[in-house]
Amino acid sequence: MGMPTVVPQQRFERETYLNKEYGIWSWLLTTDHKRIALLYLVSITFFFFIGGFFALLIRLELLTPAGDLVQADTYNKLFTQHGMVMVFFFLIPSIPATLGNFLVPMMIGAKDLAFPRINLLSWYLYIIGGAIMLHCMMTGGVDTGWTFYVPFSSNYTNTKFVEAGIAIFIAGFSSILTGLNFVVTIHRMRAPGLTWSRLPLFIWAHYATSIIQLLGTPVVAITILLVAAERVLHLGIFDPRLGGDPLLFQHLFWFYSHPAVYIMILPSMGVVTEIIACFSRKRIFGYHFVAFSSIAIAVFGFLVWAHHMFVAGISVYSALVFSFLSYAVALPSAIKVFNWTATLYKGSIQYDAPMLYAFGFLGLFTIGGLTGLFLSALGINVHVTDTYFVVAHFHYIMVGGAVMGYLGGMHFWWPKISGKLYPEGWARLAALIVFIGFNLTFFPQFVLGYMGMPRRYYDYSHMPEFQVLNVLSTAGSTVLGVGYLLPMVYFLWSMRYGKPAPDNPWNAAGLEWKTESPPPTFNFDEEPVVTWEAYNYEELDAPPQTQEVPVAR
Amino acid sequence: MPDSTVIGLQHEEEQHPELLHHFVDAEQQRNAASLGMWVFLATEIMFFGGMFCAYLVYRHWYFADFGAASKSIDATLGATNTAVLICSSLTVVVAVWAAQTSRKTLLVVMLVLTMLFGLTFLGIKGKEYKDKFDEHHVPGASFSFNNVPVPGHPGEFANPRHAQIFFSLYFMMTGVHALHMIIGLGIFAWLLHAAWKDRFTPEYHTPVEIGGLYWHFVDIIWIYLFPLLYLIDRH
Amino acid sequence: MADHTTAAHSKSSPLMLYFGIWATLLILTFVTYEVAYLELGPFNSVVALVIATIKATLVALFFMHVWHAGEKLTKMVILGAVFFLLLLLGLTMADYISRPWS
Repeated sequence: MGMPTVVPQQRFERETYLNKEYGIWSWLLTTDHKRIALLYLVSITFFFFIGGFFALLIRLELLTPAGDLVQADTYNKLFTQHGMVMVFFFLIPSIPATLGNFLVPMMIGAKDLAFPRINLLSWYLYIIGGAIMLHCMMTGGVDTGWTFYVPFSSNYTNTKFVEAGIAIFIAGFSSILTGLNFVVTIHRMRAPGLTWSRLPLFIWAHYATSIIQLLGTPVVAITILLVAAERVLHLGIFDPRLGGDPLLFQHLFWFYSHPAVYIMILPSMGVVTEIIACFSRKRIFGYHFVAFSSIAIAVFGFLVWAHHMFVAGISVYSALVFSFLSYAVALPSAIKVFNWTATLYKGSIQYDAPMLYAFGFLGLFTIGGLTGLFLSALGINVHVTDTYFVVAHFHYIMVGGAVMGYLGGMHFWWPKISGKLYPEGWARLAALIVFIGFNLTFFPQFVLGYMGMPRRYYDYSHMPEFQVLNVLSTAGSTVLGVGYLLPMVYFLWSMRYGKPAPDNPWNAAGLEWKTESPPPTFNFDEEPVVTWEAYNYEELDAPPQTQEVPVAR
Repeated sequence: MPDSTVIGLQHEEEQHPELLHHFVDAEQQRNAASLGMWVFLATEIMFFGGMFCAYLVYRHWYFADFGAASKSIDATLGATNTAVLICSSLTVVVAVWAAQTSRKTLLVVMLVLTMLFGLTFLGIKGKEYKDKFDEHHVPGASFSFNNVPVPGHPGEFANPRHAQIFFSLYFMMTGVHALHMIIGLGIFAWLLHAAWKDRFTPEYHTPVEIGGLYWHFVDIIWIYLFPLLYLIDRH
Repeated sequence: MADHTTAAHSKSSPLMLYFGIWATLLILTFVTYEVAYLELGPFNSVVALVIATIKATLVALFFMHVWHAGEKLTKMVILGAVFFLLLLLGLTMADYISRPWS
C-alpha cells in the first residue's frame, strides 16, 4: 500500500459530522448531506432485506415443481413485491442516495449540496413512499408484477394497486429531487480549478444518472396517475373495451423503466472506476472516453425502450429500429469495460475487498451485458422472452453488477464515512461468498430460460426436468444471503471495535481523501483549490519529498 | 484562516442576509436557484409529455370521434382562458421588473393581479367542468355521447367509446394543469406575503424570479392544450 | 440570468417590450381561434401547433428572460427536455403509424 498517513492524536476532541450534535432530532432534522446519506443507508438496507425476504420465499417455492408452498395468488404477490421493493426502494436510490449524497459535495470541494433542505425532503418522501408500500404489502399486497401492465392493473386485479402506485409515485419524487440536487451542485459548486476534465468519474457517472432520473421518472409518474385514474375515477384511456390500447401503457411505462436500469448501473460503474484506479495505482485509461460514455449511456438509454415489447404487438418496423438501437446502447458500456481492463494492464494490483468486488463486477456485468445483446436480437428474443433467461440477464446486471459495485463502494469509503476500518479478512471472505453464491443462484437460470422455463410461474410440474437447476439456484441464494449478512455484521462491529481510520487509508486520489475520517460537518477546513488532474497516482505514489499536494491557504 | 477572509465573509453576510452558509457568495446562490427551477421545469415538460403522448396516439387513431368530442367543449371559454393566462404572464414579468427596481407597491399590485387572473382561470375552468357534468360527458357510468354527428361527415355519428377516451384525456390534462395552477396560486400567495413584508430587494428577489418561471411554464402548457383540446376539427 | 443593472437603468424599454409581447400573444391567440374555423384540411393542425410554438417561444425568450440568459446552460436544459419529449412522441408514434393493422 502507499505511505501511511498519521492517525490524528486528538481524535476524541475533534468535531466531526457524527459527534457535532447528538439526539434523534439532530438526525431527523439534519440538512448535512453526510447525515442524510446515513439516513438513506439505514432505510435502503431495511428495504433490501424486505425484498430479499420475498426472493427467499420465491426460491423456496421453486425448490419443487409443484406449487406447494404458497398459493398462486400469493406467489404473484411475492414476485410483484420483490420487484417493486428492489427496484423502487433499493436499487434506484442505492448508490446515489447513500454514496452519492455523501461524496458528491466532498469530491467537488463543496460544503454541501446546492439544496440541503430539498435533500432532506427527498429522504422524507422516500420514507413516506416506503411506509405506504409497507402498509400496502402488509394489508393484502399487489399481484400485478412490478411492471403493472394494463388492463390487469387498471381493470381486473382485486389487489391494492392504487396504494402501491401512490407509494412508487412519491418515491419517484424523491428520486427526481436527488437528481435535481446533483445536477445543480455539479454545475454550480465545483471548487476553484476543478474543471469538468478534472472531475472524478464517479461525478460524471452521477451527473449522467441524474439526467436520467430527471427526464424519465416524470413519465412513469404520470403513467401511474393515468392507471390510478382509470381504476378509481374511470377516466379510462387504456381500456380495450373503449378502444384503448394496452400497448400505449407499455410505451409510457418502458420509456422510464428502461432508462431506469441505467440509473441503477451507472453509479455502480462510477464506483468501479474509482476503485480500479486506486487499486491499480494508475490513472484511468481513456478518461474522456469513460466520461462521455456515461453521458452516451444516459442518452442512448432513452432510445431503446420498446425492446421490452418485441412480442407485445408493436410493428415489425418499429421492432427492427429498436433492436438496432439496443445494439448501439451496448457500445458505451463496452467502452467502459475496455477502459477498465486497459487500466488494470501493467497496474500494481492490490486485492483488497473493494477491488475484489470490482473484479466481480467486471466479469458479471460483462456476462449480463452480453446476454442483453442476445435479447436485442429479434430472433432469439422471441424464444426467450418471459423466460428465466431474461430473469438471469437482469439479475446479472442488477445484482452481479450494481449490488457488487455498491458493496465495493461501501467498503472503499467506509473508513471515510465511519472513521473506522472494517476487518479486511472477513471482507474478502464475504466478497468471495457473494461471488460464489451469486453465480450458483443465477447461472442455472440462463440454462433454465434457454430450456424454456417461463418466469412468474409458481408451478412447473409439467416440466419436472427443471427441478435440478432450480434446486441449485435456491442453494445459491442461501449462500448469497450469507454473503450479504456478513458485511452488515462486521460493518456494525467496526463502528464500535474497528481500528480508527487515517484520513487516507488507501492513499487514494480525490478531494474526499484530503479531509479527515470522518469529515467535519462542513467537509473542509478551507476551500480547496485544485491544480492537479484526476487520478494523479504517480504523484501520490512518488517518494515523500514530492508528496505535498497544494491546497489553498 | 486569515483575518481578511473572515472580515470578507462577514461583509458578504451583512450585504446579503439571505445568503445560505454552504454557498460561496450570493451570485452562486442565485445561479443555483435559477438552474434548479429550470431543471425542475424540464421534469414538468416530461410529466405533461406523457399525457401529450397518449393524446397524440388516440387522436391519430380516432380523429373523427375526437373532432366530434372537441366540438362539444366551449372554444370561446377556452380562448378566453388563454387570454386570461397571457395577461397573468404579463403581470408576472412586470412584477419581476418591479422587484428588480425596488417598486414595492407595483410588485404587490402585480402579484395580486396575477393571482386574480389565476382565480379567474380556475373559475372559467370550473364552469366548463360543470357544463360537461350536466351534459353527461364525464367518463364513467353516466357517460353518454349518442347521436353526435362527426364534423365533416354528414350522416355519421361519433363512436361514444372513443369519445369517452377524449374526455378522459381532457379531464386528466386540464385537471393536472389546474392542479399546477392551484400550486402556483399557493406560491404566489407566499410571494405576496413576503413582498408585503419587504423581503425583496434589487439584490435579492430570487423567489419572485423563480416563482415567475414556474407560472410562465404553466401558461405555456395551456398554450398547447388550447388548440389541441378545443380546436381539433372546428371547420 | 437577467442583467439587473441594465433593467434598472433603462426604465421604460423592458416594459415596452413586455407589453409588445403581451399584445402579440393575444393577437396570435385570436388568429389561432379564427383559423380553426377555416377549412385547411390537415394544415389546420399544423398551423395551430406552429402558432402555439411561436407563442411558447415568445414567452420563454422574453417573459422567462431566456433571450438575455448569460450562459448557454439554460437553453441546453430547455432544448434537452424538448428533445427527449419529441423522442417519446416520435418513437411511440413511429410504432403506431407503421402498424399494418388498425
